[in-house]
Amino acid sequence: MIPANFNYHKATSLKEAIALSQELGEEAKYMSGGHSLLPMMKLRFATPEHIIDISKIEGLSYIKEDGDMLKIGALTTQTEMEHNTLLKENYPIFGDAVWLTADPSVRNCGTIGGNVAHGDAANDQPALMLAMRATIIAEGIDGEKTIPIDEFFHGFYMTALEPSDVLTEIQIPKSTKNSGGAYYKVERKVGDYATAGVAVHVELDEAGVCQEIGIGLTNVSAVPMRLERGEEVLRGKKITDDLIEQIGIIAGEDCEPESDLRGSEAYKRSIVNTITKRMLNKALERARK
Amino acid sequence: MAKHKVTMTINGESVTAEVDSRLLLVHFIRENLDMTGTHIGCDTSSCGACTILIDGKSVKSCTYLTVRADGANITTIEGIAADGTNHPLQKAFHDQHGLHCGFCTPGMIMRSIDMLNTNPNPTEKEIRWGISGNLCRCTGYNNIVKSVQQAAEEMAKEKEATV
Repeated sequence: MIPANFNYHKATSLKEAIALSQELGEEAKYMSGGHSLLPMMKLRFATPEHIIDISKIEGLSYIKEDGDMLKIGALTTQTEMEHNTLLKENYPIFGDAVWLTADPSVRNCGTIGGNVAHGDAANDQPALMLAMRATIIAEGIDGEKTIPIDEFFHGFYMTALEPSDVLTEIQIPKSTKNSGGAYYKVERKVGDYATAGVAVHVELDEAGVCQEIGIGLTNVSAVPMRLERGEEVLRGKKITDDLIEQIGIIAGEDCEPESDLRGSEAYKRSIVNTITKRMLNKALERARK
Repeated sequence: MAKHKVTMTINGESVTAEVDSRLLLVHFIRENLDMTGTHIGCDTSSCGACTILIDGKSVKSCTYLTVRADGANITTIEGIAADGTNHPLQKAFHDQHGLHCGFCTPGMIMRSIDMLNTNPNPTEKEIRWGISGNLCRCTGYNNIVKSVQQAAEEMAKEKEATV
């Protein structure tokens, strides 16, 4: 399969990328790793007239803690995240997710920025971003903008990014000794999109009371989904087995899956229930360590 | 549509060409350069038959634009038997009967090179996960795993010998 004709442009700086996008108009698309956009172009689901390659822009690939934030550069590949010591030690939820995302060769190309900016509820990173309450940093015509994750996903492949905006960085509140997160997705085979997936991030106080909780769901709604009702139940409480059982039921009820080739609606609700409980337990175990 | 001039190193040789934006790297390698060891299987980045190394990392060349590879250092299956001596992975796939029809083999080997560079002493589970993006419909994978294990041992010995 060969994509429809388009014109390729290589940007070597953010400024150049944004200028190109402005000049070429809405028919231009940014490409970083290309492993979401190029398959869509080969299937002619997407037919952009121009591709602006941002993968060669220097300085957008890093993972560091700075102040009270973890900062990940948008062009950081999934493979770089997989082997990063800081993430392995303090943010094991990333290891959970990356290990289940596509396969090693795809992860050599795929970037975290692309995974989020694509705006696909089937991608794994959006659920993590929701659970950890990420902030998205983007550069556009009018300079830098800061977008809270709850205002980022607008619809099917739609985000708060304007056509000229380049997602540059993801910021996540730094992990503490009483915080922990976990992610799992059920997939039919390696490399498949999730039948359903759940990301949980929890922060406890010294007494073990839940101070902050984030639960994000993968591929069970048109837009990456936060389990708000479940979070409200847990916030400010000591999380017991009974409460976990209750959140599983809420997750199964509140998710919005559709029957498709990956399973029936009822099956998906059932696995969301089960994974939510398992990930709550795993996140709690990590937070208590 | 404008043509783009690209220059890249493929198996140690510099190659320059004028290509369309939409030319996929696997087509460039097979059709423009006549190196047909890199296969096209699913054409959807699922099967791994088209796996090559770009700057040492395994990449599915069916999902990579040729223009994007401008300046890259590329290795294909044709480039790993230095001086006609089989690479330890090629030898191991032969010794362990790691192939039946052979269609997936170039991709399996290129992927395994990257895996063993990153993790020279993988467990069986790590090997199975490491080649999880490469499909084989003949072997049932067991002999492929054995092949990678044999190659890992041999490459470790070679490394020891050169230190």
